[in-house]
Amino acid sequence: MSLRRLGSIVVKELRQLRRDRLTFAMIIGIPTMQLILFGYAINLDVRNLETAVLDQADTARSRELVAGLAATGVMHIGHVASSPQEVEALMRAGEISAAVVLPPDFETRLERRDRPAIQIVVDGSEQVIQAAARQLAAFPVRGNQGWTDATASVEVVNFYNPERRAAVNTVPGLVGMILTMTMVLFTAIALVRERERGNLEMLIATPVSPWELTVGKIVPFIGIGLVQTTVVLVLGDVLFDVPLRGSLAELYLAALVFITANLSLGILISTLTKTQFQAMQMSFFTFLPQILLSGFMFPFAGMPKPAQYVAEALPLTHFLRLVRGIMLRGADITELWPSLMALGIFIAIMLTIAVSRVRKRLD
Amino acid sequence: MNDETAIHATGLTKRFGHVVAVDHLDLTVRRREVYGFLGPNGSGKSTTIRMLCGLLNPTSGDIDVLGHSIPRDAEALKLHIGYMTQRFSLYEDLTVDENLSFLASVHDMPRAKARPRIEELIERFWLGSQRKQLAGTLSGGQKQRLALAGTVLHKPDLLFLDEPTSAVDPQSRREFWESLFELADEGTTLLVSTHYMDEAERCTRLAILDRGRIVADGTPQHLLASLPGRTWLVTTSEPRRAQRALHDLPGVIAVAQIGTSLRVLGSGDGDLKQRLEARLRETGGATVEPTAPNLEDVFVAATVKSRGDAREPA
Repeated sequence: MSLRRLGSIVVKELRQLRRDRLTFAMIIGIPTMQLILFGYAINLDVRNLETAVLDQADTARSRELVAGLAATGVMHIGHVASSPQEVEALMRAGEISAAVVLPPDFETRLERRDRPAIQIVVDGSEQVIQAAARQLAAFPVRGNQGWTDATASVEVVNFYNPERRAAVNTVPGLVGMILTMTMVLFTAIALVRERERGNLEMLIATPVSPWELTVGKIVPFIGIGLVQTTVVLVLGDVLFDVPLRGSLAELYLAALVFITANLSLGILISTLTKTQFQAMQMSFFTFLPQILLSGFMFPFAGMPKPAQYVAEALPLTHFLRLVRGIMLRGADITELWPSLMALGIFIAIMLTIAVSRVRKRLD
Repeated sequence: MNDETAIHATGLTKRFGHVVAVDHLDLTVRRREVYGFLGPNGSGKSTTIRMLCGLLNPTSGDIDVLGHSIPRDAEALKLHIGYMTQRFSLYEDLTVDENLSFLASVHDMPRAKARPRIEELIERFWLGSQRKQLAGTLSGGQKQRLALAGTVLHKPDLLFLDEPTSAVDPQSRREFWESLFELADEGTTLLVSTHYMDEAERCTRLAILDRGRIVADGTPQHLLASLPGRTWLVTTSEPRRAQRALHDLPGVIAVAQIGTSLRVLGSGDGDLKQRLEARLRETGGATVEPTAPNLEDVFVAATVKSRGDAREPA
């Protein structure tokens, strides 16, 4: 491999990129947009559940209890119902997702503690709301020991995200998501574009080697990937106050390896396809399993075994372990070596296949 | 094969599925020749050139280019050849200067040598004022000159040019050919494919290709001399009607209208002049004069002959 030839490919790619304004805009635009969209939209916390209250007791205690529930922020009490029928009608119409029903003998039930004093009716057609109901069931109601002692809190004790803010979980994952979507696409079209524009025929008639061509196409995008990582991290800090508990250098090392893994996958796609359109289709085909199985959308532990095996082969799975470990748990990268090694193996396999497929032939 | 031979190929064949693109082609090109490939689209010119450069593997046949056995030694050969593709294949989003320095580094030229060489070529191919211009915004002629500059940057011994002038105006074509002869003067061997008769006539030797086979080859003079007494110029007041009348006359290979007269190519046997005059009397009268053959006649005669052969039962 000649460094001069490798360098010439890198410089050429960077020059082309500089003139490609749309791509250039996407490098900064895509991560910013995705971070803002996902950061604000992906929110698995249940907040402001539309709720009706049917207070048939209407005593000082019952009113205090309702105020306590409202103070948790889980419920937003927007309706005061006067009959069970009204509650039912509101729920059927989708006006409310939950209702708090306090029976007329509320005080007596509290005294005797033989029957539930409060009934929380929830709309079971939504999974997330059902889960919220379980939280509400834990709401402390301690009979006549005095309401004020029972500082109403439905918050579940949560180790690494005590405020239960979704952004803390989503932003590190988003670094991985954004890098996956942009990096794979960049290199997936890299070789195909040269073929479509007729440049490849000229290039393969020169002494350039498949390794030089492949590596030369990857190197410039590593820098771009690191720029994107920085954009997401800075915005994550400014907009969502996402903590970085581990080492910043280690975080960048993990990102570097992950970026290279995605670029290798992209370049392999580029050698398998004939047109830029095919390359894009194939790239999107690889995004779906990564989004669904990597642990970004659904918890890894909850997936069936076969799905977990597939997930182990995906770079995003390993990057999520690395980035969550370093950013949220303050883990040392040496503790996370299996994921780092998995990414290394992934790169080696992808690159070897890709280079072996870059033939200096037209047939 | 001796030192004076640049290209020697025997039995060269290329099949794409059931299509035979190049069919048992034998070719010898001597050093310092400007060798032409003349043929219609789809006659196998590009495929042959690509096989000779080592970009396509032949289905069968032997190739020796500059002493390298192809496709085995294709990588070693690439240091000594230049290949100018049919379609402009430099980067349209790089400037003239950037394209040339990219090619210099790809050929591993030392920086100290690359810079003066690029300056020399920019000067020689009149690209001085386009130096900072993106290649995609150049005119057709400028693109061709840039492509040629890129192809000869590393001073190759042998140049392959695949229809280099198909997209440029006549003035640019003339200038382009001047550049080619300059290169030949410096000792470069050139293999040029074209479908322009006037360009073919400029070659020192040429081969006429039709459906993957060489149907005639030699110097232009030699090829023209092979058609004595077979071309006639018919002057008539009704050329369209006369053309229809002569079309199916036995012994007539082709009738082409040139302005208001007709150019008739005969098969070369018997008293064609008398029979032409006899047939033309029925359509209102005309004069028939012998005329000198041109390369188009050679081309038509050669392709018709080859197709006639192909129609005969095997």
